[in-house]
Amino acid sequence: MTTAATPKSSGTVRRSNRPLYMVFGCTVFAAFAQVLLKFGAQHPAPALALGDTATWLPFVIALATNAPLVFGYGLHAGNAMLLILALRDGELSILYPVYALSYVWVSLLSMYFFGESLNLWKNLGIALIIGGVGLLGKVSSRA
Amino acid sequence: MTHTPTPLSSILLVLFASVIGSFGAVFLKLGSQHLHRGIIGLFNWQLAAGIALFLGSSVPFIMALKHGELSVLYPMVSLGYVWTMIWSRILFREPITRGKIGALALILAGITCIGIGGR
Repeated sequence: MTTAATPKSSGTVRRSNRPLYMVFGCTVFAAFAQVLLKFGAQHPAPALALGDTATWLPFVIALATNAPLVFGYGLHAGNAMLLILALRDGELSILYPVYALSYVWVSLLSMYFFGESLNLWKNLGIALIIGGVGLLGKVSSRA
Repeated sequence: MTHTPTPLSSILLVLFASVIGSFGAVFLKLGSQHLHRGIIGLFNWQLAAGIALFLGSSVPFIMALKHGELSVLYPMVSLGYVWTMIWSRILFREPITRGKIGALALILAGITCIGIGGR
């Protein structure tokens, strides 16, 4: 079942890097989804008391009409589909760590949307992650 | 800056969460093999299990956050990449190469730095 997904190439066949690019797209979408969830979290919501059923409906309605929250979760769901498609044809041990790239996009988007600043540590972290993912790309095209 | 130290219980909870999450990735990979049968292949128990494990891994993580510090605990979730590499070797016979180990080391170091920078 799994051998079909990761054929040992005979050396002459160069494996496609397409799954890698798909996960790359995933990380961008995941970061935007994260930003949407953060916007959604800033929406006011009525208090929920689990013991009091009367508070359930207003709470659920508030969540369902919270557009950034709904779009954020929707984006995460679409993202999962793209990730699954990528996993079908690529190595898990290469594709899964590439997901760390979303940390980089979240840092950059937080700067833009929430005015969070980058400091030395964050810059260093971003550089290291990009280096690591770049190395995975190299490993992937050689595999 | 004084920080209350992150309790061991929080660290163990996050380790547990990272292991659950790594199995989530394994089950997504297993489930993805059914996609050769078209869109109907999306409905299989492995994919459902993978998604459930991912969502489930957030429970111990949130429990850990009650007493621990996000900048310490968040980078630890990425240890899941290490477990995933081990399961991939065992279950999918994906080789563990020096390149992959080096890349993982860079990524873990990078996420740790971002955690420190977020304090």
